[in-house]
Amino acid sequence: MTTTVIPPDSPPSPPPPPPAKATPTRPGDKIFRGLSRGSGILLLVVMASIAAFLTFRAAIAISGNEGNFFTTFDWDPAGNPPVFGIAVLLYGTVVSSVIAMVIAVPVAVGIALFISHYAPRRLASPLAYVVDLLAAVPSIIYGIWGALFLVPYLGGLNSWLDSYLGWTLIFDKTEIGPARNLFTVGILLAIMILPIVTSVSREVFLQVPKMNEEAALALGATRWEVIRLSVLPFGRSGVISASMLGLGRALGETMAVATVLSPSFLFSGHLLDAGGGTFAQNIAAKFDEANEFGRDALIASGLVLFVLTLLVNGAARLIIARRKEYSGANA
Amino acid sequence: MAKRIDVSGLSAFYGTHKAIDDISMTVEPRSVTAFIGPSGCGKSTFLRTLNRMHEVTPGGRVEGKVLLDDENLYDSHVDPVSVRRTVGMVFQRPNPFPTMSIYDNVAAGLRLNGSYKKNELSDVVEKSLRGANLWNEVKDRLNKPGSGLSGGQQQRLCIARAIAVEPQVLLMDEPCSALDPISTLAIEDLIGELKERFTIVIVTHNMQQAARVSDRTAFFNLAAVGQPGKLIEIDETERIFANPSVQATEDYISGRFG
Repeated sequence: MTTTVIPPDSPPSPPPPPPAKATPTRPGDKIFRGLSRGSGILLLVVMASIAAFLTFRAAIAISGNEGNFFTTFDWDPAGNPPVFGIAVLLYGTVVSSVIAMVIAVPVAVGIALFISHYAPRRLASPLAYVVDLLAAVPSIIYGIWGALFLVPYLGGLNSWLDSYLGWTLIFDKTEIGPARNLFTVGILLAIMILPIVTSVSREVFLQVPKMNEEAALALGATRWEVIRLSVLPFGRSGVISASMLGLGRALGETMAVATVLSPSFLFSGHLLDAGGGTFAQNIAAKFDEANEFGRDALIASGLVLFVLTLLVNGAARLIIARRKEYSGANA
Repeated sequence: MAKRIDVSGLSAFYGTHKAIDDISMTVEPRSVTAFIGPSGCGKSTFLRTLNRMHEVTPGGRVEGKVLLDDENLYDSHVDPVSVRRTVGMVFQRPNPFPTMSIYDNVAAGLRLNGSYKKNELSDVVEKSLRGANLWNEVKDRLNKPGSGLSGGQQQRLCIARAIAVEPQVLLMDEPCSALDPISTLAIEDLIGELKERFTIVIVTHNMQQAARVSDRTAFFNLAAVGQPGKLIEIDETERIFANPSVQATEDYISGRFG
């Protein structure tokens, strides 16, 4: 509260309006605003510099490429003429991630629902803990486990799939050999993305408002119907986000894939045949021995992975936004 | 369509805590019975024992009998899911399914039961929305989400959803406490119409509301915090408000409580 004291000798004319005072600011607000704005800007700068770096180096590589960057089934940037293409890598990355998603998302949603809505409390927290623990295992350990355990044990499954589903061609195994193939990689990736998808979904399911669940219960819904009527619709966008987090990890996973897969640039649509490759695996395998131009070529493939991940995230956001008014966020 | 409720010796527990103690009462078919009493006296808990919603709460447990006509809801062979299909419930805060359209909200109960023909469904939806005095306000936007309606409309939508499955009894847990006076009036008028078809039990903190809508009123009280709630008396609403037989009731109603 401030008062303006008018000296007694001032003229009787109406007093001039008091000078506009700045709204009081507090140093804490200023510092915090600066910090949060700074972090936001920093993130944008980092993203932009990564994109610029990748684009710059990729441009050098692509302009020196004598093959078609998108359709060539070969990776020989050191050859004469240099020829390399991402077709096999794109195929391998997408296919192994899709296999991982198809397996992991339903299982993860199931585990999350079990922990949040079915399991007795005594069982729920230890189980949640164990699932989270899966995320703490380093990916090289998954790779070793995959190579030493999964590959031999999936041999049987591979022949079974070959015998009974071989007519679908994708499960047709055309050669004899260990299961160091994209199918095994997909299964391994499924296990690796399980914890992140599970724990995000579980958190979302636990946030379903009690009154939404009671609405279904009071109508005479069974436990499954309560989940179908109120839990799953409420958790839908959360499960999509969780899956995208998992997909991001599957697309970029390097060590585990590199350990399990026996890579080759011979394109084969048969999932059970050894060979193929993924962007990250290919970069890890070749970066050390590549020359300057070879590294640029690998960076060009990295740029494609970067764009692919951006597209996947954008698509997920579109799916979530499209039915926003039904999302429960406005309830 | 309406059935008589006959409660005898009913106690409800949360874990080891006894929330209501030894309640017996009869609720006549096609009437409105109001439950009044101070907060924590167990009237909502008691209401939730009438459709076996109490036992959904972790630790929730019930002793005693609730007869719907002649069938004990707590008999060991009775399925709580089918009880809740016979005894509908409307909650304190409007809770339409946020991800569903208005139409789907009303149809939800029928779809659960699975016993409907496709062309019947839209008739039932219209009839229920008309029954809840909501049809004229929403008939042009049945495919819009139910969560876009106003609070009062949402609550009538919840009533439409509850009556769409033609329950025997309709339980209402403070249905107007989150609503403005005009919406409250609309719901009260609706209760007056619905009692022609259903047995209605309503919990309310609003004494005037109890006096306006109910035929009979039950007063619940508790001796002290932490003690179980008890039914003090149940009688014709006029008698409860004009000349109750227990002093505590008169004290509560006239505001001389505590």
